[in-house]
Formats: sequence, C-alpha cells, structure tokens
Amino acid sequence: MTGARDLDGTLVAARGVVKRYGMRMALAGLDLTVAPGEAVALLGPNGAGKTTLLRILALLARPTAGEVRIGGLDPARRGDAIRRQIGYLSHRTLLYGDLSARQNLAFYARLYGLSEGPRRSAALLERVGLDGRGDDPVRTYSRGMQQRLAVARALLHAPRLLLFDEPYAGLDAAAAALLDGLLAEALASGCTLLMATHDLTRAQALCTRYVALERGRAVAEGAWEAMIADDRVAPPVAEGRP
Amino acid sequence: MTFLRQAWAIAAKDLAVEARTRELVTAMGVYAALGLLTFGLALDLRGDAARAAAPGVWWVIVALAGMLGLGRSLGHEREEGALDGLLLAPVDRGAILAGKALGNLITLLAVEAFLLPLCAAFLGVSLLDGDVLVVTCLGTVGYALGGTLVAAMAVHTRAQAVALPVLLLPVAAPVIVAAVQATGGLLEGGTLGEAGGWVRLLVVYDLVVGAAALWVFPAVVEE
Amino acid sequence: MQPDSIAPWPTAAERPGRTKAPDAPGLALAVLGALAMLAALAMVFLYAPRERTMGDVQRIFYFHVAAAWVGFAAFAVTCVASVAYLARRDARHDRLAHSSGEVGLAFMAMAVVTGSLWARPVWGVYWTWEPRLTISAVQLGVYLAYAMVRGLVEDPERGARFAAVYGILAFVTVPLSWFAIRWWRTIHPDIVTGGGGMGLTPPMVQTLLAAIVAFSILYLALVRARVRLEASAERLARLRLAVEEREEEMGRGR
Repeated sequence: MTGARDLDGTLVAARGVVKRYGMRMALAGLDLTVAPGEAVALLGPNGAGKTTLLRILALLARPTAGEVRIGGLDPARRGDAIRRQIGYLSHRTLLYGDLSARQNLAFYARLYGLSEGPRRSAALLERVGLDGRGDDPVRTYSRGMQQRLAVARALLHAPRLLLFDEPYAGLDAAAAALLDGLLAEALASGCTLLMATHDLTRAQALCTRYVALERGRAVAEGAWEAMIADDRVAPPVAEGRP
Repeated sequence: MTFLRQAWAIAAKDLAVEARTRELVTAMGVYAALGLLTFGLALDLRGDAARAAAPGVWWVIVALAGMLGLGRSLGHEREEGALDGLLLAPVDRGAILAGKALGNLITLLAVEAFLLPLCAAFLGVSLLDGDVLVVTCLGTVGYALGGTLVAAMAVHTRAQAVALPVLLLPVAAPVIVAAVQATGGLLEGGTLGEAGGWVRLLVVYDLVVGAAALWVFPAVVEE
Repeated sequence: MQPDSIAPWPTAAERPGRTKAPDAPGLALAVLGALAMLAALAMVFLYAPRERTMGDVQRIFYFHVAAAWVGFAAFAVTCVASVAYLARRDARHDRLAHSSGEVGLAFMAMAVVTGSLWARPVWGVYWTWEPRLTISAVQLGVYLAYAMVRGLVEDPERGARFAAVYGILAFVTVPLSWFAIRWWRTIHPDIVTGGGGMGLTPPMVQTLLAAIVAFSILYLALVRARVRLEASAERLARLRLAVEEREEEMGRGR
C-alpha cells in the first residue's frame, strides 16, 4: 500500500460481510468503508460484532461470506502486503509472559523483518515508559503496563491502518493520556484509525466519524456531532456507557 | 530464505522462553525418568531381557515425554492469544509450523541427551552408539513434525490431554515401529546399512509428513 | 465463498403435509447390496473349496479381507474428499469425508473382529501381533481418532477443517505403517502363525472378489444414506435457526 493507493477512495472496504461461528451469527451482512486518514469510532453493545469485525479486517479471521478489501488489495491474494500495514490491539496482549519487554519486541521486529528493529524497539519502549522495566518478564507487569507494551507492539512496524479493540480498557489515567498522545501523533502523520470503544469522551476527542453496530449489522453511522442527535444510535450507545 | 529466517525466529523465541523457565525440559525429564523407573519395576530388565526390551522402553518413554512437551509448547501460544501475534505478522503459515516443530525438536533432543545415559545405566545397554543416535534423530524429527501438527489441533479441543495421545499415536505408529526395530538391530551388532530399510522408512516418513504438515497447517490455524 | 442459504424457507414442493419422494437410487443400492451379499454368502459356503489345513473356519477369510479392503478404500475416499474440502470449503465434500470415514470405521472394526474370530480356532489365541492383525489394529486406531476429532472441537466449521486435516495426515501414514509392520514381521516371523500366507486357487479368488463386490455395494449404500442424513440434519439446524431469528425480529416489533 504505497502512496498511489492511499489516494483511492477507501482504505477499508467491507461489503456484505457475514461471519458465522457454528450456529451463531456474529456478523450478519455488514457494510463499511473507511477513507485514508479517517479516525472512526466503532460503537455498539457487547456482542454486536465489533471484535469480530476488527479481527476480520486484521486478517485474523476469514469471513463466511462477503468481500473485504484493504487498500484495494484482496486479503486472499496479498495478505502479507496488507499485514505489514496493520497494527492490531485487542483485549489480550498477544505477548509472551515469560520473556521480557525487550525480548518480545525484538521477536516481533524479526517477524516483521524490520531493518531497524533494535532502534525502534528501544524508542517505543521509552515512549511508553517501560524502558526501566524492559528486562523483566512481562508476567510481572501490571495490567496497565502490559497494555502499554501491547500498544508498543502494535505500532512497532509503523503501520498505516490501526485496528484497536477497546484500547483504553484497563489503562490508568496516565497510560490513557499516553495512548491519546500516541494515537494523535499517528493520526497527524496520516494513519487511519478504526477503534472499537465504550469510552465516548475519548472517542469524541480523537474520532471524526462513528459507526454503530448492533447484532452483527451496521445500524447507524455519520459524523460525530450528528451522533448525539441521532435517535437510532442512542439506545446501543447508552448500553455501552461505562 | 525469508521462510527459514522466520521459522528460526520462532524456534529461537521458544528456546528463549525455555531457557528462562526450563519448564518443558524439567517436566519432560522428570516424567521420562519416572517412566524408566516404572518400567524397571514392572518388567524384569536384566541381562538379555534388558537388551531385548531396551529399544521399546526407550521409544515409549520418548514418545510419552514428547507428548507432554508438545502439549505445553503449543499451549504457550494460547496464553494471551500469542498465536494471534504470529498470525498478524507477514509470516508464512508454514514457517510457523516449521518454527514450532524445530523448537519442539530441539527441546526433545535436549531431553533425550539427558535420558540416553540414564537409560544406558538403568538398562545396561549402550545407546550412545553413533548409528543409534542417527536413528534416534531421524525418529525424533518425524515425531516432532507430526506431533506439532497434531498438537496444534489438540489445543483447540475440549479435552486436550485426551485428544493429543488419541490423535498422535496412530499417526506416529510408523516412526515407533521403524525406530524401535532399527535401534534393536543396531544394538544386536548390526550396521546402519543392515538397518537400511528402517532408516529409509524413517526418512520417507519425515519427508511425507513434513510436506503434508506444511500444506495443511494454514487450515489448522485459520479462524 | 458463499454459505448455504441463510434463511432456507421451505419451497413449494417441501411444505408440511407433503412427504418427499423416497430415495430411489439409495433403495436400489440397498436392494442390490442385499442380493450381492446373498450371492457372496452362497459362494463362500457352497462354491469356495474347503481349505486344506484350516478347514471350514477359513471361510471367514473372505469377509475379513473384503472388510479390510473396503475399509481402506473408504478411508482413501475420506482423504480425497478432505483434500477437496480444504481446497474448496464445500460442505458436500465434508459430508462425504465424514460419512465415508464412519462407514470405513465400521468395516475396519468388522475386519478386526473377524480376524480375531478366525485366529482363535486356528492359532488358539484371539490376538497375536502378526502383520495383518497389527496393521488393522493401527488402522482402527486411526479411524477411531478421525471419528473423534470432529466432536472434540466446539465450532463445527473448525471441526470439519480439523477432521479434513486429520483425514489427510492419517491416510498418508497408514501405508507407511503397513510397510513398517510388514517388514517387522518378516524379520521376526510369528511362531504361532508360522508367518506364511495361503495359496489361493481360482475359485477362492473368485469368491474373494464376490465378497469384495458385495461389501463395496454395501459401502456405497451406507455412505449414500449417511450423507443424506447429514445433509438433512444440517438443513434442520438451519431451519431452526431461521425460525428463532424470525421470532426474535417479530418480538422486537420491527
């Protein structure tokens, strides 16, 4: 996904996406587009399909039906090219508890084939405030520290598309402010953000657009200011209020 | 080359975890040593009987201890969803299998290195012969390849402790038979050439199962 | 990758009150199979000669070998269907693999039991680790494992994928087991069995072929019935889901 493609209308295009787990319909025909450089909040109650959608866009899951294009590329054919550009954050940290922060980041740097792995790892560790504990096993970290390291992992390879699933969960005020800063920087440098969250205040500060999911479908979307006025969005959002 | 680099990165990560915790080698080593003791108590392992039983005892212990290690090694990827981390990266799925299998192989070989002298002492048989080591390596490679694939499936099942032996042992049957027979022939003073048929079978198994595993592994890890 | 219809409302032909037409080809196969079995039984007991050393008990051999062959062929079908399923993700291939594996398991179990019953009068023991019995035991273990894989996994689609993977892996290792166990027993001939085979005269070969043909037709009939049963079960589950979803929507007044 180089410069020319970023000028395409959409960075993320999902059409009629269905995802079935056994008899459970996690996504029941979802359409979504995200333009390059946008910051979109993904709203909805638990079980609405936000996590499933993000997993599919991160190429961690295959849709049962429907079409997904990222940067105009087909995941089935250009999966690796897409993966290089995706930064994903989830409820789980995706870290190896027995290894240190440095070792975890070094490992991911090797997987992504980053030429400046050590330098970037060190810089990110410092940025998230973990370089003091960099050599301790991740198992000994608090939940907040682990989440901070997970953010570092997600941003390590300088991805252009950020798919974050409830990134503020479990963060204390300082860590949350840190994440705010990192996301703002990323957005300023032209990254695209699709963030599932229940934290409306933070979402409002960062995001220009919202998409509301319910029962596996997109039920409402629009610019942020319009959301407060939109009746359709109010009930699911109210459920999600912390 | 990227494939090998990535596979080695994954194997190295597993070995780094093992170096820090020593969880697998300890569990496997203790389990195997106790197994050896139990065999000693249950069977009359003296003199000729020991020599006849030695290859079988050795491979049973390796197989059972190996299963323990395989289950735990794949279990590590389940904690905190670490497998997702591997799948997110632009890594060939086959390289994930190769890396995990390589890590499992090295760990199992390390445990065998500890067990060989122990077995030699308890059973009064020298398993430290060069040719026997070749057979042991070939057999362990096949077991690690098939075992890693099967364990990757077993961790997604409801009863992993049951699923792994049930799924692995029938598939590992050729390795067990060939390795035991080859080892037995060598211990009785045969040469590697005489055991050639068995060695060829082990090599064919390693290649066939390795190729099949690389081909099907993406279907195992996908969601 | 399209799923089967999400809301499969009954078509006009399938509305309640009408029963579906009976499965003519399946019925034909079953009748043909029954006739073939009768013919094979007749040949086994009336046409095949009395074996020199073992006597009449040897007649089990025809069913034992036929069952083992058909069992093996069934698993070959499972393997091919599994490969097709992984490549195309078509549920029909999975149903075929599943059904053939189950029927193959039944035939394999039959092979082991008949082998055991044969061993008792001839060798005095129900079991001995001679090559044919050993390999059929290993195969039985493999087929049992295949039958179990699906049920051990929560998500049915993942279960189908794992079953396909195992079907392929298991099938490539069975011939290797076969070679290994054969060579093993060549080096250590069984004292009990004497390690030899039987000489087969032409009538015996013909009888064996008849038994294999009969069992094969039986296999086809059973697999067809099983595949159709599986398809019906899936259809029922989807209908139930569609009804539940529709009830929910109506309940919410949309």
